Amino acid sequence: MAEILVLVDHVDGEVKKVTLELLTLARRLGEPAAVWVGPGYEGAKDKLAEYGAAKVYVAADEELTSYVVAPKAALLAQLVQSASPGAVLVSATGEGKEVAGRLAVKTGSGVLTDVVDVAEGFVGEHSIFGGAIIAHAKVTKGTPIIAVRPNAIAPEAAPAAPAEEQVSVTLSDADKAAKIVERVVQEKGERPDLTEAAIVVSGGRGVGSAENFKIIEDLADALGGAVGASRAATDAGWYPHQFQVGQTGKTVSPQLYIAVGISGAIQHRAGMQTSKTIVAINKDPEAPIFELVDYGVVGDLFQVAPQLTEEIKKRK
Amino acid sequence: MNIVVLVKQVPDTESPRKLKSEDSTLDRAAADGVINELDEYAIEEALRIKEAHGGEVTVLTMGPDKATDSIRKALAMGADKAVHLVDDALAGSDALQTSYAIQQVLGRTGFDLVVLGSESTDARTGLLAAMLAERLGVPQLSLANKVEINGTSITVQRQTDYGYDKVEATLPAVVSVVEKINEPRYPSFKGIMAAKKKPVETLGIADAGIDAGQVGLANAATAVVDFAEAPPRSKGEIVTDEGDGGIKIAEFLASKKFV
Ligand SMILES: Cc1cc2nc3c(=O)[nH]c(=O)nc-3n(C[C@H](O)[C@H](O)[C@H](O)COP(=O)(O)OP(=O)(O)OC[C@H]3O[C@@H](n4cnc5c(N)ncnc54)[C@H](O)[C@@H]3O)c2cc1C
Ligand SMILES: Cc1cc2nc3c(=O)[nH]c(=O)nc-3n(C[C@H](O)[C@H](O)[C@H](O)COP(=O)(O)OP(=O)(O)OC[C@H]3O[C@@H](n4cnc5c(N)ncnc54)[C@H](O)[C@@H]3O)c2cc1C
Repeated sequence: MAEILVLVDHVDGEVKKVTLELLTLARRLGEPAAVWVGPGYEGAKDKLAEYGAAKVYVAADEELTSYVVAPKAALLAQLVQSASPGAVLVSATGEGKEVAGRLAVKTGSGVLTDVVDVAEGFVGEHSIFGGAIIAHAKVTKGTPIIAVRPNAIAPEAAPAAPAEEQVSVTLSDADKAAKIVERVVQEKGERPDLTEAAIVVSGGRGVGSAENFKIIEDLADALGGAVGASRAATDAGWYPHQFQVGQTGKTVSPQLYIAVGISGAIQHRAGMQTSKTIVAINKDPEAPIFELVDYGVVGDLFQVAPQLTEEIKKRK
Repeated sequence: MNIVVLVKQVPDTESPRKLKSEDSTLDRAAADGVINELDEYAIEEALRIKEAHGGEVTVLTMGPDKATDSIRKALAMGADKAVHLVDDALAGSDALQTSYAIQQVLGRTGFDLVVLGSESTDARTGLLAAMLAERLGVPQLSLANKVEINGTSITVQRQTDYGYDKVEATLPAVVSVVEKINEPRYPSFKGIMAAKKKPVETLGIADAGIDAGQVGLANAATAVVDFAEAPPRSKGEIVTDEGDGGIKIAEFLASKKFV
């Protein structure tokens, strides 16, 4: 069986959930081989084994994470040469897609981006135009490079004892052209990552102010979820931009999405339409968000949301 | 400074977007074309850099004849001139081919800085900046929410999931922007009038030295197998709050095992 290379997504050694999803998917397509880049492997090793990595390529050299994207693509290109994998899987995040782009040029391969599933023959499923169309596509040249949307695949553990292989790559001057001189990790608090969270509670213009976003945060915290926002809310400065959900923000696909005071404009829907269960609170019965919901309440969010938070706490 | 800004015309997200049944490519005639929103931020950033450091801003668009509208708007915002790559042979190109075609045109225009959006609203691949940097062998300064130039050195803040990276490089470079970077200006009446007289060079693939065997649907490295409208979501239950709306949602969530 051919190896399926999975580029591990981690922040300082902490493996992101999307990697476990990619390993689960890789097991269906071939033999999962994780590719670790940068320091911190020792602390992450058990997690990769637990999710079925048959092999781990470890490139621990710190230099590989000191430059923007290019070193990762150089390493993967070398592994594509030496291991002739069936496909390369990366997470469809900003950086994951960029690694895919450079690797595609280096290897003359096609890229499928933002797929929600991959079937036999490496046929990718895409949910496009805000979820209105489901398209299937495949790579016809080179080694399929596939960027998979976080939260689209349910991760399943399948313990294995991976073989480890230390690897290194010599970087060209071009690979070292964009140097990372400082890494700023912004306080994300106790809440899960927006794109990884199983539950997302988002607030929109109806929330009315930055202070009122506490209502959204309280509800999210009662559910152990992440907080999101519509563009109307981020543009108004009520909530930081990195929490924007939608076409020009993050694409989320949680088990549960609760939209509070959000009308459901097409650009917002583009970022949340593939959520499994959708709930909305809105005072306007005509709001388009209600076309999507599994459960909706027409009412004042300042009454309904705090009551919901209290009720959830009571039931715990 | 020779600044080239990449501008893609995309279907307006407000109008229905479709794929054509014959060849599974985007039906660009079915919807109104507008400038890809992030490209307005790219144009704005290019203009600000020009205003601070001098030079010229060239708009580069690959797309059908209809894309001229978007080029005029970019010129009305203040860009100096434009190059429009238009050729039926380019139709259906995927990202790998598009980056090749744009690279060829950049070979003609030359550049100190290429500025583009980090993602389009139609295909949303987010691949172009990385592909171009790789092809051109210049620094990839992508997902930038802040750009500073000092002589030939350039520093950007690269937006990441955890915050940002501060990145340093030397020109020439490729910069892709996110919407936090600036607030695009509206074209003034004067700008709109002036745009009518600004030069737009139209190129076919032969003019740009593009190999016909490396572009277009038939030579793409990706292929659409099939597509269909997504099944509509089953109609949910909608209730009007009568003082117990929150409790009702909690009951629904409990029935789904969320609480
Ligand atoms: C190119 C482009 C890209 C875009 N990208 C994005 C994107 O990524 N993400 C995004 O979200 N938007 C995006 N937008 C903007 C989008 O079109 C909408 O303007 C935006 O989503 C509206 O946000 P909203 O629903 O919070 O506000 P509104 O549309 O104003 O809706 C507010 C809702 O709150 C309800 N409400 C008000 N008060 C209360 C109350 N007390 N109780 C209950 N309900 C109440 C109202 O009935 C209304 O339905 C984009 C637009 C464009 C043109
Ligand atoms: C629904 C859909 C899905 C697709 N999926 C894939 C896929 O999975 N893989 C694939 O290889 N191709 C795919 N394509 C093809 C893709 O649209 C084209 O290859 C496109 O030229 C580049 O993709 P993009 O617009 O997503 O680029 P992005 O990288 O998202 O665009 C970034 C920036 O590049 C610049 N730019 C992009 N195109 C042009 C242009 N023509 N002229 C000037 N500047 C430009 C703009 O500044 C833009 O903001 C898809 C197309 C559609 C319609």
